[in-house]
Amino acid sequence: MNPLLILLIIPLLTIVGIAFVKDLTKVRLVSAIGMSGQLIFSFILLYLFYQQRNTGNTDDMLFVSTTMWYEAFNIQLKFGIDGISMAMIMLTSIVTFAGIFASWQVEHLPKEFFISLIILAGGVFGFFISLDLFTMFLFYEMAVIPMYLLIGLWGSGPKEYSAMKLTLMLMGGSALLMVGLLGIYFNSAPDGGRLTYDLTEIAKVNIPLAAQLFFFPFTFIGFGVLGAMFPFHTWSPDGHASAPTAVSMLHAGVLMKLGGYGCFRVAMYLLPEAAHELAWIFITLTSISVVYGAFGAIWQKDLKYINAYSSVSHCGLVLFALLMMNETATTGAILQMISHGLMTALFFALIGMIYGRTHTRMINEMGGLMKVIPFLSVIYVIAGLASLGLPGLSGFVAEMTIFVGAFQHTDMFHRMATIVAISSIVITAVYILRVVGTLLLGPITNNHYLDLKDAQWFEKISGVTLVIAIAIIGLTPFWLSDLIREPLAQMIQTLTN
Amino acid sequence: MNYSYTILILLLPVLIFLFIGLMGDKMKPQLSGLLGTSGLFVITLLSYFTAFNFFDHRVDESFQAIEVFQLLWLRFTDSLIIHIGILLDPLSVMMLVVITTVSLMVHIYSLGYMKGEKGFARYYAFLSLFTFSMLGLVLATNIFQMYIFWELVGVSSYLLIGFYYERPSAVAAAKKAFIVTRFADLGFLIGILILSFYTNTFDFIALTDLNGLAITQPTTAVFMGLSVTTWAMLLIFMGGAGKSAMFPLHIWLPDAMEGPTPVSALIHAATMVVAGVYLVARLFPLYSYTSPDSLEVIAYIGSFTSLFAAIIACTQLDIKRVLAFSTLSQIGYMMVALGVSGYGAEGLGYMASLFHLFTHAFFKALLFLGAGSVIHAVHSNLMTDMGGLKKYMPITHITFLIACLTIAGIPPLSGFFSKDEILVAAFEHNKIIFAVQWLVAGITAFYMFRLYFNIFWNHTPEYHHTPHESPATMTIPLIFLALASVFSGFVPFHDLVTSDGNPLHTEFHWMIAGPSILIAVIGISVAYMLYAKKNSKPESIATSLKGFYNMAYHKFYIDEVYLFITHKVIFYFISRPVAWFDRHIVDGTMNLIGNTTVYFSGAIKKMQSGQMQWYIWYFTSGVLLLVFLVMYLN
Repeated sequence: MNPLLILLIIPLLTIVGIAFVKDLTKVRLVSAIGMSGQLIFSFILLYLFYQQRNTGNTDDMLFVSTTMWYEAFNIQLKFGIDGISMAMIMLTSIVTFAGIFASWQVEHLPKEFFISLIILAGGVFGFFISLDLFTMFLFYEMAVIPMYLLIGLWGSGPKEYSAMKLTLMLMGGSALLMVGLLGIYFNSAPDGGRLTYDLTEIAKVNIPLAAQLFFFPFTFIGFGVLGAMFPFHTWSPDGHASAPTAVSMLHAGVLMKLGGYGCFRVAMYLLPEAAHELAWIFITLTSISVVYGAFGAIWQKDLKYINAYSSVSHCGLVLFALLMMNETATTGAILQMISHGLMTALFFALIGMIYGRTHTRMINEMGGLMKVIPFLSVIYVIAGLASLGLPGLSGFVAEMTIFVGAFQHTDMFHRMATIVAISSIVITAVYILRVVGTLLLGPITNNHYLDLKDAQWFEKISGVTLVIAIAIIGLTPFWLSDLIREPLAQMIQTLTN
Repeated sequence: MNYSYTILILLLPVLIFLFIGLMGDKMKPQLSGLLGTSGLFVITLLSYFTAFNFFDHRVDESFQAIEVFQLLWLRFTDSLIIHIGILLDPLSVMMLVVITTVSLMVHIYSLGYMKGEKGFARYYAFLSLFTFSMLGLVLATNIFQMYIFWELVGVSSYLLIGFYYERPSAVAAAKKAFIVTRFADLGFLIGILILSFYTNTFDFIALTDLNGLAITQPTTAVFMGLSVTTWAMLLIFMGGAGKSAMFPLHIWLPDAMEGPTPVSALIHAATMVVAGVYLVARLFPLYSYTSPDSLEVIAYIGSFTSLFAAIIACTQLDIKRVLAFSTLSQIGYMMVALGVSGYGAEGLGYMASLFHLFTHAFFKALLFLGAGSVIHAVHSNLMTDMGGLKKYMPITHITFLIACLTIAGIPPLSGFFSKDEILVAAFEHNKIIFAVQWLVAGITAFYMFRLYFNIFWNHTPEYHHTPHESPATMTIPLIFLALASVFSGFVPFHDLVTSDGNPLHTEFHWMIAGPSILIAVIGISVAYMLYAKKNSKPESIATSLKGFYNMAYHKFYIDEVYLFITHKVIFYFISRPVAWFDRHIVDGTMNLIGNTTVYFSGAIKKMQSGQMQWYIWYFTSGVLLLVFLVMYLN
């Protein structure tokens, strides 16, 4: 059996398990066991991946399996992974694992909550292993839809509004995407022959330029909405602010990565000529995103809004780097997706934990938390330092790879866009240090905070897992960078020819 | 010669950092202090051993750079690769000695100074982190490794300035220091990107090789009238200027004095703030051969900063701030020396600059630690709260006096020799800069002795507790550094650390040394007349120079300019409109689309009323319309 299917079977079994148990502790236990199993399995998969490569398997995609699903439209269940998807799978399993522990205290309808959360995660896994556009889209929707319930039922604040806004905007993105994908499908055999959704097959054909130019914006923007591309990012601040902790973590941590991943693997890789023609528009938009998000974050007072705007900035950098279309910058983009996924999940986890104690997310209402909850505060500082690109943590590796890659373009337009994007490292430092300074340092502003309790064991598991992942990437980036780079040489060649 | 043991110099401090950082809460505070200190003692011994070995082995009269090891860390492209490694050459070995010596002294001193502080273990963890980062910075084999450690040094500095994190002023100072240097690092990073793009390497040896492509075939590209190389070198210098607090990026350093005093001695006097000098020295062949214009810029900025800071130092009342401005001024000297220097046989300035870096590290660390000893005794930073301390604190008094004489440039103390070489180099290159530096030497002597007399002489205020001499853990480092300040001038520096590794021929010039001693003596005498005994002269002078005095006292209002730019412009004129625009225009558009849809669906939903007669009415009118259309169109 294809080992990739296990990535889908484990969540499925976990859901069944949750459905059959009764009380809260067992629901937690089953979810934790299931997602720990998923995490362990993704390490095994990484090992198998390297084993295949070391035994000389040089196929672009490993563990490929194809099953015809709907003959009439040539829809297949085709799975397979390369280094990029391998890295994204690792990210997803780590964030999901941490997310389960971060939602340990959900007591309202726990069964339904954990089931929705795991369906979401399962959708993401399915997306990353799919090689067929239709199945990919299917899993994409499967990941987006539970979001509505999760925010609408377990959220806080104006949750109905936020859930509706987020879902509608993402559905709007999906609608554009559907048009783009169908456009690709109907042009997948320009010289006659069978139309196909098969990603690897379509990559080999030359879709006519006119069709490319028409469908590229649909596909790119469709995925871009999920990747929080300016000006389609406004679902993010409201959605995150209302979402429960684990949902924010999964959403910003992995779901937004579907956007970047899709932009690259579908929009740019399948429609390369259009990507070249139209890159300048999106480079302009994304370099605005990078600075705009950072400036927006300076002004915010709600921790979740700060982090949401910061995500706009960091995810903007992902798309920006992808559009640079060279090996180095693209490697940086994928690294940035992973790094941002881990960092932002950590941020949202911590914000949830702090909110659970102080019952506010307004930074000006809090202060001096370092003294009362040192464990959470130190982790918050580490997350902040990772976010502002401190060497030794993952953010630095990703950003530097992007900047060096982007600088390989010699023309004025790319250079200027790059310098604009680089300047975000200063603005990021401003808002991160502002939060750290007001929230954690300084004197304690509220006497009620004096008897707050520091992190509990499950919170420690959640935080420490993410910190370790961030530090491993930051300290030994070469292996991850090589893992990601390996498939890129060929893909970039397709893109530039 | 096998130098592979030098890897321990990098590994030990990081291991100590991790150990104390993770375990610090669980062990006795004193134990973590002792652990950090003894670890650093080993590192210091290793560094001395490395230095003796290195300076003992010449190849054909000169020193060769040795790459002890190179580990691949991150591959950008086939030629742009970040390695983590260790590069030994006269420059890095000299820095190794300076950093470990001062750091060891600070570690020992802090055992007494920080005794009983909350977060004692955290303090030692951060000191180890800093030492690691600084050592990694000077041992870097390539410019990107240097940038990595450069950032780590910055964050260690942030953590240590903000050590007393419950004090809002400390938090603000830490934030300011980090952001100002980050802004400078933005220039540094862009500089690295430009330089590495055109030279296709990060490696220092390749970059500074006189026969290498970087120097023999610099790019001919031009941007806005300046060659791209000059842009790159100036931007890289911007990073150095940020760390070394050159005007106009100096504003963070005086505030950084919010950190514990031993930290100021280590980071903000002896080691981190000279990183900019080190950076220019490291890339000196590139500066000298491909971009002499940027060296001119460096000379002028250095010269201006040294004068500017010296004037401000004359007016400050907080003794640590006086020392901070004095640091700015002395680093200005080092920058001037690099700026006026040539390469090889003309490399007097280069040698003088690093010589001054070397001696300055000891006497400035001594001054700060001495000031710390005084602050420890009287519990205040202000010189108005001090006076007459010489009879209470004899060791601190004598060592502080030695340091003051050293920085004033009185022979045969070390400061005299190093400053004299700088003046000679400046005289040969540019008479105006020479004149400024000569004048600054006098001002330096004046403000240092103003400080000295105000602390140890003058009138004795009413102390709450009778001040007493500090414990041995604090006085031993003072004595050691005093000895280093006295004797480090006799190190045959021109034989050891030169721009090309060959010994440099130097002469002693009475023509320069005479006037420089003279102006130092004048400065000291003026300070004696004004401050040795309590009198009204200082005030009357301040009143007669009212406008200028106030300007200098307020540090020429540079902070206010920055505050205006950051708060008013960035905060209120950029961030706030961006946030507003996002909520109201971008999000407003999205809401508008949503509301429009709701409105239209509201308008047409009445058609689905469930009443049969309406449906028949719609149906019939539709049919009629179609019939009419068909007929009409035919």
